[in-house]
Amino acid sequence: MTVTESKPRYKYVGTRPVRHDGLEKVTGRARFAADLNLSGQLHGIVVRSPHAHARIVSIDTSKAEAMDGVKAVITGDDFPAVDPSNRNYDMCVNIMARHKVFYEGHAVAAVAASTRDQARAAAAAIEVAYEVLPAAMTIDEALAPGAPVLHDHMMTKGADPPATEPSNVSDITRFAAGDLDAGFAEADLVIEREYTTKPVHQGYIEPHACVADTGQDGHTTIWCSSQGHFNVRSSSAAMLGWENTRIRVIPAEIGGGFGGKTTIYLEPLAVALSAKAGRPVKMVMTRDEVFRATGPAPGTKLKVKLGARRDGTLVAGDAYLIYSGGAYAGSGGLLGAMTVFESYNIANFGVESLNVVVNTARSAAYRAPAAPLTAFAIETMLDEIATELGIDALDLRLANAVAEGDPSTMGFPFARIGFTECLEAVRDHPHYSAPLGPNQGRGLAAGYWFNIGESSSATVNLNEDGTATVVTGSPDIGGSRASMALMAAEELGIDPLDIRPVVGDTEAVGFTDVTEGSRATFATGMAVVEACRTMVAELRGRAAKMMGTDIDDIDWVDGQAVYTGSDGDKAPLSVAAICAKAKRTGGPLTATGSLEAHGAGPGFAVHLCDVEVDPETGVVRVVRYTASQDAGTAIHPSYVEGQIQGGVAQGVGWALNEEYIYDSDGVMENPGFLDYRVPVASDLPMIDAVIVEVPNPAHPYGVRGVGETGIVPPIPAVANAINDATGCRLRNLPMSPVRVLEAITANGGSDG
Amino acid sequence: MSRVHVTCTINGDPAEFLCDGGQTLLDALRDEAGLTGAKEGCGTGDCGACSVVMDGRLLCSCLVLAPEAEGATISTVEGMAAGDDLHPLQQCFLEGAALQCGVCTPGFLVAAKALLDRNPDPTETEVRYGLAGNLCRCTGYDKIVRSVLAAAQTVNES
Repeated sequence: MTVTESKPRYKYVGTRPVRHDGLEKVTGRARFAADLNLSGQLHGIVVRSPHAHARIVSIDTSKAEAMDGVKAVITGDDFPAVDPSNRNYDMCVNIMARHKVFYEGHAVAAVAASTRDQARAAAAAIEVAYEVLPAAMTIDEALAPGAPVLHDHMMTKGADPPATEPSNVSDITRFAAGDLDAGFAEADLVIEREYTTKPVHQGYIEPHACVADTGQDGHTTIWCSSQGHFNVRSSSAAMLGWENTRIRVIPAEIGGGFGGKTTIYLEPLAVALSAKAGRPVKMVMTRDEVFRATGPAPGTKLKVKLGARRDGTLVAGDAYLIYSGGAYAGSGGLLGAMTVFESYNIANFGVESLNVVVNTARSAAYRAPAAPLTAFAIETMLDEIATELGIDALDLRLANAVAEGDPSTMGFPFARIGFTECLEAVRDHPHYSAPLGPNQGRGLAAGYWFNIGESSSATVNLNEDGTATVVTGSPDIGGSRASMALMAAEELGIDPLDIRPVVGDTEAVGFTDVTEGSRATFATGMAVVEACRTMVAELRGRAAKMMGTDIDDIDWVDGQAVYTGSDGDKAPLSVAAICAKAKRTGGPLTATGSLEAHGAGPGFAVHLCDVEVDPETGVVRVVRYTASQDAGTAIHPSYVEGQIQGGVAQGVGWALNEEYIYDSDGVMENPGFLDYRVPVASDLPMIDAVIVEVPNPAHPYGVRGVGETGIVPPIPAVANAINDATGCRLRNLPMSPVRVLEAITANGGSDG
Repeated sequence: MSRVHVTCTINGDPAEFLCDGGQTLLDALRDEAGLTGAKEGCGTGDCGACSVVMDGRLLCSCLVLAPEAEGATISTVEGMAAGDDLHPLQQCFLEGAALQCGVCTPGFLVAAKALLDRNPDPTETEVRYGLAGNLCRCTGYDKIVRSVLAAAQTVNES
């Protein structure tokens, strides 16, 4: 179902053609990074720390180097020394430890051998002597007096007064507006709540993988699965101390990322091993390595206070947010501060947020980073306020929702946004008033993500037969190639299936930032449109030459050059007709677009969730789900729905099941999909995705990013539904059966 | 250690390969037989990305030792289409947008075909439980389940 504001009629945008890369993916022919094999290839294996926190006393590689088939062994000493003042320091020492390890799974050495078995045996023969240090595994442990300090150089940024001693707090962010005391004094109802959440993993099905082939000329080619191959190039170059021009990165198909593949782990190791061995080196993580050593989303402790007038008007908000970034400074605190009060007009607010380091894997982005957790707090507290004041939960949100012109947390006014429309779409949906069964409850929650622009490049090449190739630098993690083709089709008047959308390597297309912040269809789409419009101007000129007239007499109408002059009738010229004569009118038809995209329209979503709670086991089943989201304009609606549905499933897993579990030594106890349980098909109902279209004024087709917002509302939607079913407020994630059961039976309606 | 010679049938064709005694069928298919359609998502039988059918049984090829394939008949995603004609499941997955990143897709298609082979007219619930051994992190399963139901209808009507 789609709710559509009045918008231009498009011929191709908004249709649902079969995606261009689909056939390869349903026949098993699509090439993901681990599917690639090169002649003479070696296999690389990483040696990882068994300790959560330890000093590396010595590494003896001599036995491993003497073993059959071993061609190269590397340690931190094989990379240029790096100083904490270097902005790439955290990344470099995370990819390969120097002197200290900060989490179980931290890489300390790597080996390349002719076979994987030989490499594994050699990795096991590398002798690392550790001086084990006390570890801080949780936010509480890291902040406790006398806690082990992970980084001697970590002086808290933003501390007031300025920090004089190192600590585990990397930075503090503060935002404020209005007068907090006056705001709370004005409130008829004030509630204050605390929440805790655990680290969770992005859970992409494809483990990290790459192949690097370094030649004797000191140049290397990397094939890998990433959300941004230009970033793989620059990050690898930084770690190796090389110039970017020595590295070419060719993107393989990517098997899911969700933010977790915006950073790198293996590539510089593969390059260094390949350079040392003089052979290509392939590295593929196991699932165990993915869990132990790559990007969980931060765990948190949140404390939020809200004040409302009797009529439901929110008047004051105060938030104290702590995000654990894992072993290195994270960004969750800043992003939490930017999102916690963003969806509602609250005249007086204060936010203080901390990023804390702990002895777990370095956190990475995960779909709308930080926002699902601030939404967990705000959206469940709004439900409590609505109940307390006797106001309908949806009406309460409508009354306080931000709209065009309202100030954001950062102070700038919102452009046209579709929050109200999303609320109305849910209110008008049959689900909203459907009856509930026994032990069932319904929860409503909203969510917000700001989306980003950044740099994108595109090249459009018209072929001799009038078909087109569109090359961009954005890895396609969910169908964006089809969207690029649809926008190009609309501009050029060519059927989308006659356009081949391609993700070009770092030497085939202009610089393009990582696919993150839901930016690919928005920003890279803008670059495609810009390239197409340059192409259309060129086509008009070529048509004018063919017709023997002036370009000003040629319009571009429905994919044809149409003569509008007064010198009699001239037959319109199609793209194919112009392409056929290209050699005689000026040569190949190629155009580029490259830009720094601004105006990524914020994405809002409103979700409605029904759960059924088993009062004897505490098991929560999601039995019905409806998700509305403002997509601006849905270029390929099927893949917009897919993004929404996928976000919901991840959010439900986060709400009910997923968490990192460590033993008393800081060793992860559930590094596999058996014990780290993500939702399966039988855990979920159909997810009704309701696309709301409030076009983004900054994009030629009105696109807003849609990839991330969908994961923001599910946690509070599930929590509110559980409360509706049981009368219990759960404020600690995950809301696992044991917690739900405790709340129902023992704790008088809450989980602690 | 000498390698083991395995003779079997893969996707209707006679096949033979050499493997190590401890090698998984998944690794043998990918590295020795050159069939990279089956993927390793976990290596522990939890994600289903490596699903193949061996002697009529749907299984995770990461949990089978390659020498066990001696004399066996194996079907992988590469054998689903008959020449240019896609299997109805493949066609319905394309038309129903049942894939995003696509890395789990081969496993889902193999598992869904095994499901329809034993239950040609499944309910939504039967599809959900029939595919509960396959993880997808992108789609939320909605479009996968719909596409399998659509494919069942296509097969039953033809």
